[in-house]
Amino acid sequence: MSNAEPLPMTETTLPRGGDVVERHRLSTRMWHWTNVVTFVIMLMSGLMIFNAHPRLYWGNYGANPDYSWLQIGAQDDTGYLRIGSVSIETTGVLGRWTDAGGEVRNRAFPWWATIPQSYNLALARRWHLTFAWVFAVGLFAYLIRSLVNRHLQRDLLPTRDQVRPAHIWSDIKHHARLQFPTGEAARRYNVLQKFAYLSVLIVLIPGMILTGLTMSPNLNASLFWLLDLFGGRPSARSLHFIFATGLVLFILVHLLMVILAGPINELRSMITGRYRLPQEKN
Amino acid sequence: MSVLITRRGLVTGLGFTVIAGGTAGLIVSPSFRQLVLGTGEQLSYQTHRLLGRNALAPEFTEAQMSPDFRTNGNTMPASGEYQSHIDSGFANWQLQVDGLVTTPQSFSLAALKAMPARTQITRHDCVEGWSAIGKWTGVPLAALLDQVTLQPAARYIVLHCADDFSGTAYYESIDLVDAFHPQTILAFAMNDQSLSVGHGAPLRLRVERQLGYKQAKYIMRIEAVASLADIGAGAGGFWEDQIGYEWYAGI
Repeated sequence: MSNAEPLPMTETTLPRGGDVVERHRLSTRMWHWTNVVTFVIMLMSGLMIFNAHPRLYWGNYGANPDYSWLQIGAQDDTGYLRIGSVSIETTGVLGRWTDAGGEVRNRAFPWWATIPQSYNLALARRWHLTFAWVFAVGLFAYLIRSLVNRHLQRDLLPTRDQVRPAHIWSDIKHHARLQFPTGEAARRYNVLQKFAYLSVLIVLIPGMILTGLTMSPNLNASLFWLLDLFGGRPSARSLHFIFATGLVLFILVHLLMVILAGPINELRSMITGRYRLPQEKN
Repeated sequence: MSVLITRRGLVTGLGFTVIAGGTAGLIVSPSFRQLVLGTGEQLSYQTHRLLGRNALAPEFTEAQMSPDFRTNGNTMPASGEYQSHIDSGFANWQLQVDGLVTTPQSFSLAALKAMPARTQITRHDCVEGWSAIGKWTGVPLAALLDQVTLQPAARYIVLHCADDFSGTAYYESIDLVDAFHPQTILAFAMNDQSLSVGHGAPLRLRVERQLGYKQAKYIMRIEAVASLADIGAGAGGFWEDQIGYEWYAGI
C-alpha cells in the first residue's frame, strides 16, 4: 500500500506538485500491460510472417513477377532494403545477417527480431493469429469501457482551447525544449499526448486489426466491404506493415518520454494508478 | 499499518496475476504454449462459419487478372504413372470418388468436362503472403458429391494427389461447408486453357475462401470420411502434418 493517500479530485482542493493523485484507471492499466505482452508477440511473429515473402505490393494482386514497392533481400553478399527505386545496403541487419549460431542467413528480418527465432512460418502464424484475438478483443473492450466511463471524452479528446494553433505551437516548443508540465497542469494530458494516444487508439490499432482481417480470404467473402476500404489484399498487407511501423515509432517516442519524465513515477502510475505530480519550478 | 485488502487492490492484483502468470506460462511451459497457440485456429474457424457459411469470395474482371500467375509447390509430379498420363494426354486418367458414399464412381476427364461447369475469376492467396488473380473453369464439387451421394456419417472430403514430397503423396481435406460451397470447383481449365502441369493438370481444387496450400493439385482420388484422424498423421493435410500449418486456412 502506498503511504500517501490519494487526494480526492474535487474542484475545491486543487492538488499541487508533490501530491499523489489518481492517474490511471484499472481498465487503462490492464489494457496497457496486456498490450505490452501482446504487441511484442504480434510484432515479432509478424516480422517472421513477413520473412516468408519479403515484398509489399499495392492493388488486388501481387506476387514475384509483379512490381513490389518495398523489398528486403540479398544480392550476392549484400543485404538490402529497397523502397521504390531507392536501395540501401543493410547487410548484418536486414536481408543478410548472422544468426545466434554463427550461420549467415539470407532472410529479411534477423533472428533477434522474430518469433520464433529460426525460420518457421507455421509457428509464427499460430502466435500471430492467436494473439490477434487478444489484441482485437482488448481494443474493443477498452474502447467500450472508455466511452462508458467517459475516459475518451474527458481525458483524451483535446479541449477547444487545446486545439488552437497557438496552443499547439507552444506545446511543440515546450516538448522540443524537454519542458514538461508540473503541478496541477501535469494531471491532464497535454495536446500532443492526446493526439498521440488518440492516433494509436482510433487510427493505428484499429487500422492494424482491419487490415489484418482484410488479408483473410474467408472474411473477404463475408465482410466484402473490407476489400473496398483498403483497395485489395496486397494493399491491406502493405498498410498493415505501415501501421505497424507507426506503432513501433509511437512506442519508441513513448518510452523516451517515460524516461525523460521520470520512469519510476510513470511506471508506478501505470501499475498502481497513483502518480506523484512533478514539483512546480519557481 | 493494518493489512487491509481492498476491493481495488484485489482486482488489480488479480489482473496483474493473470497477465504475468499467462506470460510466464507461455515462456516456461511448452504444453501451455501449445494449448494457447491452438485456440486461434478454432476461434477463427468457428467465427468465420458464424459470419457466413455460404458467402461468396470476391470475383474479379478479366482486366484485373495477374499478367503472370506463378506456380507453387510441386510443378511436376515424379511418379511414373503420372508421367504416362501426361504422355497420353490424360486420356486414361480416372478420378476415383469413394469413402463414405453410397455409390463409389470413377470419372474420366471427358466425363467431368461434359458436366455443367462454372467459371470464376478469383484471387489465389499463398500462405507466404503473395496473391495472384486467375480464371478457373471446372465442375462444382457439390455436383460430383450429389452423384455419389454422401453417407450421413461423412464429415470431411479428402483429396489424394499424384504429386509427392520425399515419397509422401500430397493430400488435403475440407469440411462439408466448403465442399458444397458454390465456388468450390474441381478445375480443369485456367485462363481459358487446359490446366497446365505446373498448375495441377488435369484437375485441381479451388476452395476460394482458403489459402493456397488447400488448393490441392493433381487430384487422383476424392474420399469422404467421418474423421481426419486416420488421414496421414491426423491433422488433415500434408503441410498440416509436416510442419504444423493450420487445417483451417481461412486467414
